[in-house]
Amino acid sequence: MQARIQLVAIVGVATLLLTVLEMVRRRQLMERYALLWLLSAAVLLVLAIWSGALARISHAIGVIYPPNALFFIGMGFILLLLLHFSSAVSRLSDQSETLAQRQALLEERLRRQEHLSGDPQAEVAEERRDVTAVRESTRDRARSDPVGGARS
Amino acid sequence: MSTKRLYLAVVPAYNESATIATVVEALRRHATEFDTLVIDDGSTDGTDALAFGAGATVLKLPFNVGIGGAVQTGFVYALEHGYDFVAQVDGDGQHDSVELKRLTRTMEEQAVDVVCGSRFLTLDQRYPAPISRRTGIHIFSFLLSRIVGMRVSDPTSGFRLYNHRAIELFAHSYPHDYPEVEAVLMLHRHRLRMQEIPVRMYSRGGGSSSISTGKSAYYMIKVLLALFVGLGRRRPVVDLGDGGA
Repeated sequence: MQARIQLVAIVGVATLLLTVLEMVRRRQLMERYALLWLLSAAVLLVLAIWSGALARISHAIGVIYPPNALFFIGMGFILLLLLHFSSAVSRLSDQSETLAQRQALLEERLRRQEHLSGDPQAEVAEERRDVTAVRESTRDRARSDPVGGARS
Repeated sequence: MSTKRLYLAVVPAYNESATIATVVEALRRHATEFDTLVIDDGSTDGTDALAFGAGATVLKLPFNVGIGGAVQTGFVYALEHGYDFVAQVDGDGQHDSVELKRLTRTMEEQAVDVVCGSRFLTLDQRYPAPISRRTGIHIFSFLLSRIVGMRVSDPTSGFRLYNHRAIELFAHSYPHDYPEVEAVLMLHRHRLRMQEIPVRMYSRGGGSSSISTGKSAYYMIKVLLALFVGLGRRRPVVDLGDGGA
């Protein structure tokens, strides 16, 4: 492998590796999500440094120019990472859906409880909410109908 | 803090229907000064109803958040309700609630922030664990002992008693996936003192461990990464001042 592209690859991958570690240290990245990044960066770094192994791999998969094999492997890791994050996002949206449902159920239960107990505090809150709602709807109407708003 | 001491036993449980009622009943019988709080981490086998039936306060998380998040829920609850001490007890029956008294006594006598029950300080009884599990524990024990500068014989033990300062720290920030080992490191970083005492532990009464054999490699790597990165975290996440409790 040419010395220049090898140097670029090493510096690039090493920067990635250090960035990931630093982000974990600052708690901007959970270990759970850092592991695949670290694995990718570590493998790429080893292959960038150890050009003999990269040459053997590129020969095995039929790539003539070894640095292309490095890109090829890097792309494989990118696909893997994307899949990993897609599954993470799926889990998260599933969880936030569940959270929203639980929250709505809880709110309903609480409202009914307040209603049953005839808590004056709750009624005041309820009234205040109504007033706010009316005020907001008036404001909306005024905005959407400037002539009517000016008249009133 | 008031002079009245309030104790809370936090029991994280995920699908522990086989043992949870026994654990709660044992706590209510043997650890009478403790209120019992079960954190049901999104179980699907009715763990929450069984725990409630046995007399515990139950927080049911809407989905499985993992052991770290479940235990932290207990710290947040304790902080909000003004508890002075939190004991963490597993829901699978491997911890003996009779031993809680020894944890509280040690905390009073030694004036430490966390007391941790260790299964490896007793010589007469071998903890029944597979050799792979024990090897992992010993590796963590070796590394952690060197980092924190004192012997930590059982860093993965989840049988612990925390005082108010530790509760405050962990309510704010607690490790996510496999928290026990990292928590010890966090205590050290925040200059909280920890003391281990020997306890008996039993084999699991039922259910399955949060660490299956297939996951143990991931467990090792994740915790090693956490330890390694944790070394670089010099600044504490929370400034606790001193003598917070």
